[in-house]
Amino acid sequence: MSFSVVTTDLLVGFLENIKLFGVTLLLAIPLGLVIALGSMTKFTPLRKFTRGFVWAIRGTPLMLQLFVVLYVPGLVFDVQIPGNNPRFTAAVIAFVINYACYFSEIYRGGIEGIPKGQYEAGQVLGLSKSQTFFKVVLMQVVKHIVPPMGNEIMTLIKDTSLARVIAIGEVITKAESFSAKGIIWPLFYTGVFFLVFCGILTIVLGKIEKKLDYYKG
Amino acid sequence: MAILEVRNVEKSFGKTNVLKGISFDLNEGDVLSIIGSSGSGKTTLLRCINFLETADSGKITVDGDVIFDSSSETKLSKKEQLEKQLSIGLVFQDFNLFPQYNILDNVTLALKVRARKRPDFRKNKKEILKEIEEKALSVIKKMGLEDKIYNYPCELSGGQKQRVSIARAMALEPKILFFDEPTSALDPELTGEILKVIRELAEDNMTMVIVTHEMTFAKEVSDYIVFMDNGIIAEEGKAEDVIGNPKTERLRAFLSKISD
Repeated sequence: MSFSVVTTDLLVGFLENIKLFGVTLLLAIPLGLVIALGSMTKFTPLRKFTRGFVWAIRGTPLMLQLFVVLYVPGLVFDVQIPGNNPRFTAAVIAFVINYACYFSEIYRGGIEGIPKGQYEAGQVLGLSKSQTFFKVVLMQVVKHIVPPMGNEIMTLIKDTSLARVIAIGEVITKAESFSAKGIIWPLFYTGVFFLVFCGILTIVLGKIEKKLDYYKG
Repeated sequence: MAILEVRNVEKSFGKTNVLKGISFDLNEGDVLSIIGSSGSGKTTLLRCINFLETADSGKITVDGDVIFDSSSETKLSKKEQLEKQLSIGLVFQDFNLFPQYNILDNVTLALKVRARKRPDFRKNKKEILKEIEEKALSVIKKMGLEDKIYNYPCELSGGQKQRVSIARAMALEPKILFFDEPTSALDPELTGEILKVIRELAEDNMTMVIVTHEMTFAKEVSDYIVFMDNGIIAEEGKAEDVIGNPKTERLRAFLSKISD
């Protein structure tokens, strides 16, 4: 089996990883903010519910959540997951919920880490609460959460391989089909794909951090 | 007529009565210093007048305009409160500058955000923004920071930061300017520059209320001094009388402790 054939085949698999990565990021970043607001609300039932939900998601393996999303709707509610690729949809749902919960905790830490004085300064200058949040607080939150978000985002691309448990044809699945034929090296070769991708992420995240580094505090 | 009238303001946190009925008047152009040991309620009083805390009871009037009245049936809406807030300015102990904005933007931010609500904003956007910038530059100049307008707060000394925060408050043209221990977060050698700025504002007849531990300064710059102790005004009067000739035992004890 030639190197280029393996590379092409693995690339097709890795495209699935990247697809899952991209969609998850796109949806989990805003959903995380909604969950963060829920876990900080003064309305106690909603806050308790949100925190309980986050606990359940963070307290169980993502692999298990993939199975739950794929099977429970059909088994318990007799509902079919929509779309022409229900397995991929199920993977997206599980990943988005899982990552949104982790993101929400990072957001919460970022928002709660802004000193009270910033809000008070906004208020005495005649700014409303939302003006203070968007004009004064938000940028500071973004700066504070970029490093921990970077961490999660790096983890996400590697986690996408977990989707193989519900038969998504991602890169490691592809490599395993080679080892079934007795060729083992493609399995190790998959590491290069992740390494390169994470290398690019590191550069991008570093640029963002540098861009936000024009001030301290 | 007094520009600031505070009547019977009370405030508790849980079971602790922090303010037990505070009343005083302040005339336009006068400087009032509030002194007293930590926990006497000075800062809480300031925060109640500035809407950062809501007093439990009492009445506060600024320039004939009631900004707080616990006996009133109708409560101020958030919007009304923000409007009334603008008649008073507050300089914080630890500056609370916005770290992501340069000095000019720190001073102009609130003005610009508020200007957007003006009905003629779209039409005269350029002129309005220019006007705001000029106004900001003139107060920044007054604070002697004209060569720092494009610097960020993290690049300034403590004294410079505090001058920016005074400029930021002054740019809104408040009727009364409040200072919450403006020199407490500064090194001793930097307090001088802030006291000098406040002295200059006093010479310009700015009405000010200063919570301070700087007794010599308070005596020199204030027209009137209020000594708070345990949630009440224990002694008040003309600056030189209160500091030079204290009547109560408590104030005498406080002054001797301070001068040690």
